[in-house]
Amino acid sequence: MPSRPILTITALLSLWLTPATAAPGADPFEGDPYQSHPWVDMRKEFLGPTAKAVFDDRVQVRGPAFAEDPMNVPITVSVKDLPSVDRIIVLVDRNPIRKVLEYQPLTALPSVSFRFKLEQASPIRAAARTADGVWHVGGTLVDSAGGGCTVSGATRKDGSWTQTLGLVSARVFDATPIPGESAATASGSRLRLKVMHPMDTGLVGGIPAFYVNRLSVRDAQDKELLRLQTFEPVSENPVFSFDFPVKPAGVLRIVGTDNNGNRIDARLE
Amino acid sequence: MTRPSRLPSSWRSSLALAVGLSLLAAVPALVFAQASSQAPKVDLARFDHGLQARALADGVYVVEGANDDFTLANGCNIINTGFITTGAGVVVVNTGPSRRYGEQLRRLIARTTPEPVVQVVHLNLHPDYFLGNQGFADVPRAATPFTRAGIAREAASYETNLYRLCGDWMLGTETVAPDRDTPAAPATGGTWQVGTRTFELREFSGHTASDLVLIDRTSGVAFVGGLVFVQRIPTTPHADIAPWLKSLDALDALNLRTLVPSHGPVQTTSDGARDGIAQTRRYLQWLDGQFSAWARQGWEMNEVLRAPVPAEFRSWAAFRTEYVRNVAHLYPGYEQRTLTGR
Repeated sequence: MPSRPILTITALLSLWLTPATAAPGADPFEGDPYQSHPWVDMRKEFLGPTAKAVFDDRVQVRGPAFAEDPMNVPITVSVKDLPSVDRIIVLVDRNPIRKVLEYQPLTALPSVSFRFKLEQASPIRAAARTADGVWHVGGTLVDSAGGGCTVSGATRKDGSWTQTLGLVSARVFDATPIPGESAATASGSRLRLKVMHPMDTGLVGGIPAFYVNRLSVRDAQDKELLRLQTFEPVSENPVFSFDFPVKPAGVLRIVGTDNNGNRIDARLE
Repeated sequence: MTRPSRLPSSWRSSLALAVGLSLLAAVPALVFAQASSQAPKVDLARFDHGLQARALADGVYVVEGANDDFTLANGCNIINTGFITTGAGVVVVNTGPSRRYGEQLRRLIARTTPEPVVQVVHLNLHPDYFLGNQGFADVPRAATPFTRAGIAREAASYETNLYRLCGDWMLGTETVAPDRDTPAAPATGGTWQVGTRTFELREFSGHTASDLVLIDRTSGVAFVGGLVFVQRIPTTPHADIAPWLKSLDALDALNLRTLVPSHGPVQTTSDGARDGIAQTRRYLQWLDGQFSAWARQGWEMNEVLRAPVPAEFRSWAAFRTEYVRNVAHLYPGYEQRTLTGR
């Protein structure tokens, strides 16, 4: 009595887990640790139809287990011990708009922190492309009560965004902090910047999408130090952190645009 | 234990009735400060909170919730509510998180004293201070103007959030807002006479924009609402630390003997009351100092979430969930000041 039903259940489970069309042993989730149904189509759409993607723990995505404020979910992406990462794309499976940002570190380290709007509980992914064209994908799960993309931000509600649109505040910090370790063990430097912008998703009735779409940091010789494309899910009045192996010298310029063509141009002395 | 199926719906504050009842009512035999506090025994199958009235003084009762975060297992009852007999009816301090709680609290009061309920007071705008109001829809319900405005603004989102967290414990819960202002409550103390009792009402701020404290002058029992959290991480969705610390100093100067925090164990000695106030002060000062320092060092929110926290605070109730919320609520303000230099 005890052994036979177990065998039957095991057989049924294996049938159910392996669709008839897939080759024996093929994984319909392509190895996705979250076994998320949208993932395969997302890979094709955002990384390329023939792109090679591997799940890789060296791409670390950190966030809270629960989105206390779904309009401002803090995410830190850091890539450790992967050489020559030229691009990082952040994707959210269960957001109505899945692509959050695309980052080219150029002279900066392959790490970026930001806050974004989460519509419901979802895996948050970062895909980092190495020189061989392979995308290395890491992620984290964030639970949520929901609603981050479909409500207006505070400055949209009170109308104050028109007074501050495009204003930048920024600061370079002497080291990249490591929690739990003393400042002495930290190295490099960090640029944190905040851009005032309503970052409307277009998903709130009567308010079209209106968001910062490009940001770039340049040095005094106009050399581009890093380049960022941002999309609707990035939080209102976004705050970004970028880490550099050595502190950038001299005056920094932060330039960019939004999708309506407004210019962002600020100098950080 | 008798469980009356329905309460008479026609109870109103009628002075004649109240005075008559107060003459008839023998003061119940009291066992003061019944042992120490403990979480109520919840019956999940029957959605019974197992509310118990613990007498802190003659006619002054606290109804203690679990020292925890909202969970299905504790019925989302994490608040200490209270009620006080006055000879002219009962004054209720906060009504709990749901319709079920409010109705069970009303029945508990009816089992405990023959006096009718004549007044409800809400000490701030947070959901478990007023979502039990359906059990007291026939009674005048007072709050400060700031708290009334806050409840009008936030009630819908509180309901949504608590339905999500608490499930069927919330069945049928809808906001019944406070319907009048409290008597004047300057921080220096206003008095409010109900029956034989003189209450002191003091409005502070910092935990929220309006934190009402109610002190019964006869017994010295102080209901201090959300200003003091004992052995529990403070909640901060509407917090402003600088005025909160000032309010704690003012509270400390009152030399309270019995302190009923909305969350965490009741303190029944002067030393205990002082210690409760000191705990909240210590935590807020630590938070303020660390968040400032970390913002000045360029820390990201995810780094703050993973930063080391002193063992004392980690041992308090709800640390795991509430500290994350503290960071989400408060850290952006420190970042902003660092980035703009203001």
